[in-house]
Amino acid sequence: MPITVTSRDSELTIALSGEIDHHAARELMAQLDQTVAERLPAHLVLDLSGVTFMDSSGIAVLLRARRQLGHNGGVLRVANIPAQARRVLDAAGIGRLISLE
Amino acid sequence: MKAMDQASITFTSRSANEGFARACAACFAAQLDPTLDEVADIKTAVSEAVTNAIVHAYPDCLGKITLRLRLFEGGVLEFQVRDSGVGIPDVDQARTPLFTTGGEERSGMGFTIMESFMDGLKVRSQPGKGTVVTMRKRIARRAGVSK
Repeated sequence: MPITVTSRDSELTIALSGEIDHHAARELMAQLDQTVAERLPAHLVLDLSGVTFMDSSGIAVLLRARRQLGHNGGVLRVANIPAQARRVLDAAGIGRLISLE
Repeated sequence: MKAMDQASITFTSRSANEGFARACAACFAAQLDPTLDEVADIKTAVSEAVTNAIVHAYPDCLGKITLRLRLFEGGVLEFQVRDSGVGIPDVDQARTPLFTTGGEERSGMGFTIMESFMDGLKVRSQPGKGTVVTMRKRIARRAGVSK
């Protein structure tokens, strides 16, 4: 899955695109792990505007990113969430754990 | 209750087939002219059921998964995902939100999402024999659309 990384001040934005299912999730987790380990952002924004489908595998990706960031005191926000992904996140109550914009 | 229409596909438990399975389910549902939200719900729930079979039914090997699609009177669609894998020892526990045996790669929310996005969910499983997940969703009739 292609990701696009941009940074401004202490905030790192990673734009995800395509379908996030179990098939795509493992590679995506590895990409996010590597980016977070290299950049150690204080604030990470995951931009989902390009995500065309997401199931609970995407939830696992977000929870893992949150955990990885937490090791270094970083904070995760998820932004530009498409309707289908929003319904998945809402059904799972992820808004209680991660800031969803 | 007799099905008005049905289709069935059998595929190997490769993760690449997750997208294929949900696309098949969406195509079958298209005959009822569902809304975009209804299509998204169907694709999401079928993706969860198929992913469960791929991840949990055949943990150390490849096996066969069958997706059976049926249409009943009143715009009721049934999606059945059947595997012949290891089975689920405790179905009630497996359906508990956040419960997973899949490690960090799984969220444990698959059954919760299937329940949320479908009108009915039944899970039958026998250890060593396999699992059958049956989901039903009624597609609402829209004004001006004959089904």
